[in-house]
Amino acid sequence: MGRAFLKKDLTGKERSQGRWVLPVFLVSGSVLSFAIPHFDLLDQYIQLILVYLGINIILALSLNLVNGYMGEFSVGHAGFMSAGAYIASFLTVKVFPAGALAWAFPAAVVAGGLGAGLLGLVVAIPSFRTRGDYLAIVTLAFVMIVKSALENIDSVGGARGFLGMDKLTTLPWTFFWTVATVWIIRNLIYSRYGRGVLSIREDEIASGLMGVNTRHVKLIAFVVSSFFAGVAGALFAHVLQFINPRMFDIIKSTDVLVMVYLGGIGSIAGSILGATAYTFLLEALRPLEIWRMVLMPLMLVLLMLFRPRGIMGLRELPWLEPAADRLSSPNGLNGLRNSRGANGFGGKRKDE
Amino acid sequence: MTLLRASGITHFFGGLCAVTDFNLSLDRDELLGIIGPNGAGKTTLFNIITGVCRATRGSILFRDAEIVGKSPDRIVRMGIVRTFQNIRLFNELTVLDNIRVAHYGRVRYTPAEALLHAGRYREEERRIRRHSDELLALFRMGHLSGERAKNLPYGLQKRLEIARALATEPELLLLDEPAAGMNPREVDELMDFIRWTQREFGLTIILIEHQMRLVMGICRRIIALDFGATIADGTPQEIQTDPAVLEAYLGEKAVR
Repeated sequence: MGRAFLKKDLTGKERSQGRWVLPVFLVSGSVLSFAIPHFDLLDQYIQLILVYLGINIILALSLNLVNGYMGEFSVGHAGFMSAGAYIASFLTVKVFPAGALAWAFPAAVVAGGLGAGLLGLVVAIPSFRTRGDYLAIVTLAFVMIVKSALENIDSVGGARGFLGMDKLTTLPWTFFWTVATVWIIRNLIYSRYGRGVLSIREDEIASGLMGVNTRHVKLIAFVVSSFFAGVAGALFAHVLQFINPRMFDIIKSTDVLVMVYLGGIGSIAGSILGATAYTFLLEALRPLEIWRMVLMPLMLVLLMLFRPRGIMGLRELPWLEPAADRLSSPNGLNGLRNSRGANGFGGKRKDE
Repeated sequence: MTLLRASGITHFFGGLCAVTDFNLSLDRDELLGIIGPNGAGKTTLFNIITGVCRATRGSILFRDAEIVGKSPDRIVRMGIVRTFQNIRLFNELTVLDNIRVAHYGRVRYTPAEALLHAGRYREEERRIRRHSDELLALFRMGHLSGERAKNLPYGLQKRLEIARALATEPELLLLDEPAAGMNPREVDELMDFIRWTQREFGLTIILIEHQMRLVMGICRRIIALDFGATIADGTPQEIQTDPAVLEAYLGEKAVR
């Protein structure tokens, strides 16, 4: 036992040493996101991939909230994404005046997110009664409904698709929204609602019996998750400048699922890693043409066999945890521990 | 003073009557034992009190408020909490987080404050953390805060489950077979532990148990169930000599 404690103590120190990582990353990241396009530091193609990377991180992390942290199985992310994409595009093309677009774009993104969040609320209600496979079917149906609905709405182009968006998704905006998503979802996870989400994954009945309002918690997780899927959709529409309903079919959802399970369930670092690996691999394997669609699933199969929880499954990088949430060193508790306490029941085995 | 009053509780699973006309008037600070052969309806009774099952008929008043039909989390907030026959911890969560989850109903901050880590969030989280650390220290588990619950040995898991239940700040604690899987020495420790917990936290306790040594040792009042019906209600001495109880446990022939 003693040695295990020593190890824990060391990680405690390592944790406090990593505190500079996050601020340094945020400052240099935001400076770079402005500098890269302004001075053309990187190839246009690489800049585009960086924007897609940001969007994929937002998608993976928001899906991880429901599938990884809460342990449900939703395949509805493409539906929420398309809602965000269409709402935001409709606003920037048909509603907002052309002169004010640069400033109105954030409002369009938020509106896309809110629309998707509202849809998330609608999907969350049947999910109170269903879990696992059943929720997968409900959300699968949802994706199909959204797709056929969009194909039949003429004011957004129907099956032909919708175009006319300006390229408003810049590198700084992508960086901003990615950081905002990570920050807000992390905040949620390290709160009573987040712990409720985790306890639902572990044992939903016990969760309710420990006072967690499971309906409320599921609702919040679903709405937040679909909000950010909508945000990602809005950003996606304004970088591609063209959307059609077929882009948001079940294949899009499975792309996000791959990122989540590749990176690791229940881990922010995992989602970032999964989205990064997926985005870059997809580009790096482009020369293989159609064979990459064989290689990628094969890699996923191997990963599931050898690391079923993904690369970072249920683990987190220390500097992504809020400072207040870190465990104090075990020594800090000694004073309290010895003052008064329960009889030894249950403790003996450990010493034997 | 009556804390819990159950009247006419009846529960059917399909055509099977799991609990028949159960009546109970429980005073504050009591330590009540419920015994009965397997399938007598003991756990069903706990499920009804905690809101997992809804009683087919009957009413339960807790501090004069009806609890039948309320959701489990509301009943917890009213002050009733339970442990489980088979340990049901949140296995992948740390010991500390198991305790913190149970604070859910005692925290006052909104989803917006949680998403932005603003407003009452910090102050409330600090309070939860302090309370959890104190509770773990009191249960001599402070050094295990960062350990995942699944890694604890059986005895400590049982102790953590009780600590987690107490984190909800209950008045009434329901223990479902706390001594299951324990050897006689551990049962002795558990008896001291239950008495200590009751004193320390000012609890009223109902416990289901098969180990007669424990029930007879710490309960001043015992209810015996058989096939969902209450067959005896009295002090340990009365229960031990009650013909109906002996019959339920040993069979009709043995009693004669």
